[in-house]
Amino acid sequence: MRGANSAKWVAGAIVVALAATACGGSNEKGKEGEGKGKAGGSVSVGISEPKRLVPQTTTESEGSQVLDALFRPLVSYGAGNQPVEDAAESITSTDNSLWTVKIKPGQKFHDGTPVTAKSYVQGWNWGAFGPNAADGNYFFATIEGYDALNPADPDGAEGPKKAPEPTAKELSGLKVVDETTFTVKLAKPFADYKTVLGYTVFYPLPDAAIKDIKAYEQAPIGQGAFKIEGKWDHNKSIKVVKNPDYTGTNKPNVDSVTYKIYQKQETMYKDVVAGALDVIPQVPSSELANAPKQFGERFKSSPASTFQFVSFPTYDKKYSKPEVRKAISMAIDREEITKVILNDSQAPARSFVSPVVGGYRDNTCGDSCKFDPAAAKALLDKVGGIEGNKINIGYNGDGGHKEWVDATCNQVKKNLGVECVGQAVPQFAELLTQVEQKKFSGMFRMGWIMDYPSMENYLGPLFTTGGSSNYYGYSNKKFDKLVEDGRAAKTSAEAIKLWQQAEDVLVQDMPVIPLRFGKNVFAHSKNVSNVEMDLFNRVDVTKISKA
Amino acid sequence: MGRFVIRRILQMVPVFIGTTLIVYLLVTQMGGDPIQNLYGEKPVPDNIRATLTAQYHLNEPWWMQYWYYFKGLLQGNFGESIQQGRPIAELLAEAWPHTLKVAGVAFAFELVVGVVAGVLAGMRRGSFIDNLVLLSTLTVIAVPIFVLGNVSQTFLGQEWGLFPVSGTDDGLVSYLLPGLVLGSVSLAYIARLARASVAENLRADYIRTAKAKGLPKSRVVGIHVLRNSLIPVVTYLGADLGTLMGGAIVTEGIFNIPGVGYQLFTSLNVEDGPAVVGFVSLLVLVYLITALVVDMLYAVLDPRIRYE
Repeated sequence: MRGANSAKWVAGAIVVALAATACGGSNEKGKEGEGKGKAGGSVSVGISEPKRLVPQTTTESEGSQVLDALFRPLVSYGAGNQPVEDAAESITSTDNSLWTVKIKPGQKFHDGTPVTAKSYVQGWNWGAFGPNAADGNYFFATIEGYDALNPADPDGAEGPKKAPEPTAKELSGLKVVDETTFTVKLAKPFADYKTVLGYTVFYPLPDAAIKDIKAYEQAPIGQGAFKIEGKWDHNKSIKVVKNPDYTGTNKPNVDSVTYKIYQKQETMYKDVVAGALDVIPQVPSSELANAPKQFGERFKSSPASTFQFVSFPTYDKKYSKPEVRKAISMAIDREEITKVILNDSQAPARSFVSPVVGGYRDNTCGDSCKFDPAAAKALLDKVGGIEGNKINIGYNGDGGHKEWVDATCNQVKKNLGVECVGQAVPQFAELLTQVEQKKFSGMFRMGWIMDYPSMENYLGPLFTTGGSSNYYGYSNKKFDKLVEDGRAAKTSAEAIKLWQQAEDVLVQDMPVIPLRFGKNVFAHSKNVSNVEMDLFNRVDVTKISKA
Repeated sequence: MGRFVIRRILQMVPVFIGTTLIVYLLVTQMGGDPIQNLYGEKPVPDNIRATLTAQYHLNEPWWMQYWYYFKGLLQGNFGESIQQGRPIAELLAEAWPHTLKVAGVAFAFELVVGVVAGVLAGMRRGSFIDNLVLLSTLTVIAVPIFVLGNVSQTFLGQEWGLFPVSGTDDGLVSYLLPGLVLGSVSLAYIARLARASVAENLRADYIRTAKAKGLPKSRVVGIHVLRNSLIPVVTYLGADLGTLMGGAIVTEGIFNIPGVGYQLFTSLNVEDGPAVVGFVSLLVLVYLITALVVDMLYAVLDPRIRYE
């Protein structure tokens, strides 16, 4: 039944969230009473080898899973995924461009040094400094003075000339006011900036990290609920233990968590079945059919932020008419594919932003995303069909997309009478390069995982002119203005209104076909309870407990 | 013999340089984009791309890149992995012990069981044992290694709990199952080689002579038959040792062993040129050295073979 349509799925998500809070509540009051979640003990969670373990350079889920245990974010996401102050005492602004961040006093890093405003400023400066080549570098681009730390290469990265040396080492927009206060001056006002600050790259760095970042990475020091025990044992495990000095309210139930590092999800799955591992955050697709039988109640799913879509190359005249795009979209039966091919591990999508962000509206795409083969064929015939009567959908062969792309193609073939071919390119990077050089002819699949829960994080990078992930080159002045105005709006509520108008522009233009929203599909052993996952594909290790 | 060894060692130098060069070219000139691979499905900001390109000399001609690499190698510096940002020497030091243990288990298993089964089958051709060895080895050869690995992991590990399912937490026990799986295919070949060779030698003139002289059977088989029959087996074992190290890719993946095979596989996937070359270079060395040892063993096994 799960995922029968979007509305039901969203309702389901709310139920999950409610149940979760209920559990958390009962837990804090009567820890021994119900037998629901014993205190103490150690649990294990499966992950892949993290790429990096410095917050400013960790933008993938594995590393941020570990850092989530070691650090306490400025804001965490509460009901409706709205930001709630966590390590921060307050985050305020009168004009949405100069932000004042006050942190809660008395916090300590795991090495005993105090967490001060300086810890944040030095961490962010490190991340923003171009030559450090931090993965999360671009997150600081909104702060004033970023360009001085990241001078543009005069002839592009491929050219022979080297980029000039940065003229500054520190962001001019960051200022320490006192021990626990600092200010952030943005280059342009941004209403939802508080939401952004929950992201991994905005964690503070202790002095030890600035002194020797390589050594720090092997045993990161944070200010979170857990501290690392020993070192990052590469490709094997990372162990974290309860931090006795932790002052946050979400104190962990368990004494320690061991992140066991796996090369393959299939192996992880076998270990959970055998009881050698407690949590598998992503059940491999090959086991989706078995998992409900094998795990019963312990096989779960929860909303995630992923958004899967197929985009049209703007440089290809074949797809320039919105009618053609809409016809293809209407010829796709999203329900059938999610159910039959993907075993309900994802949910059908009919909007351009994910249901996990504030301002999401169900089915904004309307008739254009409704499965209606007859109307689709009629619409296509009205505009004279597709040039050459043949389309193709590109995908990266290394990502397990073949099955659904082929199924989608078959539907288009059957319902529109248009020849459709799935075209594999070995790697995603290659696909992107071909698209960027306008060499790839045809539609191609893309996916998006959000960085922070805001509509802007979907609309901005994916659809604005020159957006960082707008590979298909979609450009609409009206849309750009609405997104821009939303950023500059006084309040989040106003911003959301403008962004919703922007989304309506997308509905008319259909630069991409929304296909599916992601889910966390996970399972756990009999040894643990209270297993929950957040929108960033992370297991909540402060809630988990021994069964 | 001494001169032979020195000559062989000197020959290794150009072979080593040549192979590393070829591998380096293959990996770095494939036309992929190691920097994009760092970012997965997200775009790489231009300034980061510029920094990393300069750091890893990616915009310089291949011969300059190889020169940087080789210069480092002469100074005992394997360079730094693009993907993991760590010294390759460190990655090697972490990965090799695991692979050596898996390969060691596999090697011991195929040597002992393979030779014994082969000799028994060869001595009693047409008997029950012979048929059993022939049939079982045929089965093992026919089944792909990932099927063998997954099936044995599911049943022996997950269902019956006889072995740990994965990982290296249980000491040497962790390496048993992967080692047995890895060694099984070679074991089948060795058993068949030994069987054929024993059967052939049993009919040789010198064996008839030995028997006619009235030597006890144990001496005839143990010294005369076995020693000569082992030459093809040793040749195969030597070549196989290198294959075991590199070929552990599949087994190490299935059993989650962080060894050379795994590192090689991930590095290849993300076109991490320096890391691939580092690991392959050491594999080349293993091949070269085992080839030398095999050649020297010939002389030990068969006194008629002399090296000048």
